[in-house]
Amino acid sequence: MLHSVAAQPDQAFAIDCRGLRKTYPTRPPVEAVQGVDLQVHYGECFGVLGPNGAGKTTTMEILEGLLPATAGQVRVLGRSWDSDAREIRQRIGVSLQETILSDDLTVQETVRLFRSFYRQAWTVDQALASVSLQEKANARVNKLSGGQKQRLAVACAVVSDPELLFLDEPTTGLDPTSRREVWEIIGRLRAQGRTILLTTHYMDEAQRLCDRVAIFDQGQVIALGTPEQLIRSLGGDHIVRFTCAPVATPQQVEVAEEPWLERLRQLPTVSLVEAEGAEIRLACQHLPAVLTALIDLVRQEGRVLSDLVTRGATLDDVFIHLTGKRLEGTPES
Amino acid sequence: MEQGRATADNAAASQNVAPATLPATTRSRTDSAARDSATRDTETSGVGSASSGQAVVDWPILVLVRTRLIEFTRKPAAVFWTYVFPLVMMFILGSAFRSQGNTHSEIGVVTGPQQAELVDQLSDSPELKVSSLSPADGLNQLRAGRIVLLIRPAPEGTVGWEFLYDPARGGGRLAELQISEQLRESHGTLERLPIITTPYSEPGGRYIDFLIPGLIGMTLLGGGLWGVGYAIVDMRIRKLLKRYLATPMRRSDFLLGIVFSRLLFMFPQVAMILVASYFAFSVKIHGSGLEFAGLVILGGLQFAGVGLLVASRAKSMETMSGLINLAMLPMWTLSGIFFSYQNFPEFLHWPIRLLPLTSLLDVLRGVMLDGASCWSFPIELSLVAAWTIGTFSLALYLFRWSD
Ligand SMILES: Nc1ncnc2c1ncn2[C@@H]1O[C@H](COP(=O)(O)OP(=O)(O)OP(=O)(O)O)[C@@H](O)[C@H]1O
Ligand SMILES: [Mg+2]
Repeated sequence: MLHSVAAQPDQAFAIDCRGLRKTYPTRPPVEAVQGVDLQVHYGECFGVLGPNGAGKTTTMEILEGLLPATAGQVRVLGRSWDSDAREIRQRIGVSLQETILSDDLTVQETVRLFRSFYRQAWTVDQALASVSLQEKANARVNKLSGGQKQRLAVACAVVSDPELLFLDEPTTGLDPTSRREVWEIIGRLRAQGRTILLTTHYMDEAQRLCDRVAIFDQGQVIALGTPEQLIRSLGGDHIVRFTCAPVATPQQVEVAEEPWLERLRQLPTVSLVEAEGAEIRLACQHLPAVLTALIDLVRQEGRVLSDLVTRGATLDDVFIHLTGKRLEGTPES
Repeated sequence: MEQGRATADNAAASQNVAPATLPATTRSRTDSAARDSATRDTETSGVGSASSGQAVVDWPILVLVRTRLIEFTRKPAAVFWTYVFPLVMMFILGSAFRSQGNTHSEIGVVTGPQQAELVDQLSDSPELKVSSLSPADGLNQLRAGRIVLLIRPAPEGTVGWEFLYDPARGGGRLAELQISEQLRESHGTLERLPIITTPYSEPGGRYIDFLIPGLIGMTLLGGGLWGVGYAIVDMRIRKLLKRYLATPMRRSDFLLGIVFSRLLFMFPQVAMILVASYFAFSVKIHGSGLEFAGLVILGGLQFAGVGLLVASRAKSMETMSGLINLAMLPMWTLSGIFFSYQNFPEFLHWPIRLLPLTSLLDVLRGVMLDGASCWSFPIELSLVAAWTIGTFSLALYLFRWSD
């Protein structure tokens, strides 16, 4: 390995990867990961966020030892995949994005199979209890709902009582109730002191579960920090969203005009003004002051204000700010 | 403080506390992080979170085999193709080529003195269908099951007749009774001539005898390609192979588990064919049963190797189905499942014999039909061994767990 003793990474990181690159040798080659540095502390729940194709799964699979990296150093639990693969595998739990477990086995049989691969593990009952699936122990996998299948996948990942848990999109495609159930499970696993690395498309999920998040886009980390830090980086805790057209041509405004946006930027405590078509988004610190000033300004200019919504800023706003894209499937508001 | 917590942790561990009930108290987030960094490298056992893990006593390979068996038995289609299909095939082909005439017995009389008179008398019986045959032809027809009994003049130095038939096959004994009856009724001089009965069994001369080892070989071939090959590609497509790879499972356990479970499905499969063909067609193993079993296992392994090889890289069902057909078709048509490859032109025999199924069938038939020892087929055995070792080695070299 290139890695010299002098550059020994900090043992305090559960995951330490530097300069990670992955180029798929397809034609044309796909640079799925383009220089990612990630340090995940022990006991931390770390979220990897990003749109489709951002390189989340690729990064996860390299960290899980399933894919060779094109370049970069990876240490997991202080060890390297080159020399300690089996040892690392004993200590991590993995749930892949798209594994289809065997339909004809029961829940119990499935967990028992995964359990048998480890030196030490929870009992099958313990694993099922940890994902609240005891009453389905004897059900066939093909009789489970999507949420139950996802919980079974988590049970298979945690049956070895791993220190480090990789969950790739644990809630994608689930209905709100099932998502909440999975959140609770992850919350419990986190409370047990496990390190968790999870990917998601859902900003609310990351905000709720994760101590820190990294936002991926096009194979790079474009933002990193606690959800609060990232939201604060917008410069305001509140988001005001509205459309506002001149009275004369209320139907014709497709895109908000730049001079008008510039005047909005002058409003008190406004840190950010963005337009998406006719819709305008302000991030601000002091909501009442901004609203009063906004209404005054609208009246002065003889405009019509419509669809005004205010809310607390979320990671979603950070993401839209950084990429100009809305995450797929993110519920509005 | 942290020290104390860690000790409490270990105490809890030794009591196997259920994780869902006691998590937050046994491991707080901060102390685990501190402990991890402080003690990780000095821990020798390696299994980190000394929380509530229990030593696992299951053998992965046994669990893998058991799981495969469970999965298999829960798939009605797989059970049908594995167990029922070969039997259906056996009955269809077996009865199609079965010698006709269950209502009357077909017998042959070998040319010789008084032959014409005998044929005359016997032909009067509605229950007997008599044909005159040359000595060699008579034996051939008896062997092939076209006649159930052959009458020929008693050996030199004695007078009378010799009756030849296989006591194990129905029909022969019945024909003998029908003949005696007929001779008595005709009150001819022939009745008083002495009769010697000679049990005559020429192993495995009928079509059904030829067919059964072919069907066994065919099921071994199909089992290897579908039961091993297809099953693996299915798991690869479902990303299950990748998921297993993320565990400390030994890859050899997995592959051996697949192969062993395939061998386990195979025993009842072959046994069913043997039992059914014994009761329906009196087909028997004329050679050593042990050698036969050994050959079946060897054949099962050989085709497990072929299946593994075909599955080593395939990433889609379309590719896999194509590869399976590519592997099976030449052997189905050329290797002699349904008819001997001797029917093909001479120059094709060697290439055909190189196919894995051909060698296996040649030895199987030798042992089963001719009662030969498998050691009298050194070339065929070497070929089967070479295919087994070759395909396994190449498959392990090429095998891809994920994409
Ligand atoms: N096996 C592969 N061969 C070639 N290209 C690949 C392969 N796997 C992924 N890619 C490409 O690499 C890029 C990153 O894919 P990746 O699966 O890591 O994204 P992701 O962030 O997990 O997306 P999603 O949210 O849809 O799961 C994509 O452009 C994808 O098309
Ligand atoms: Mg993904």
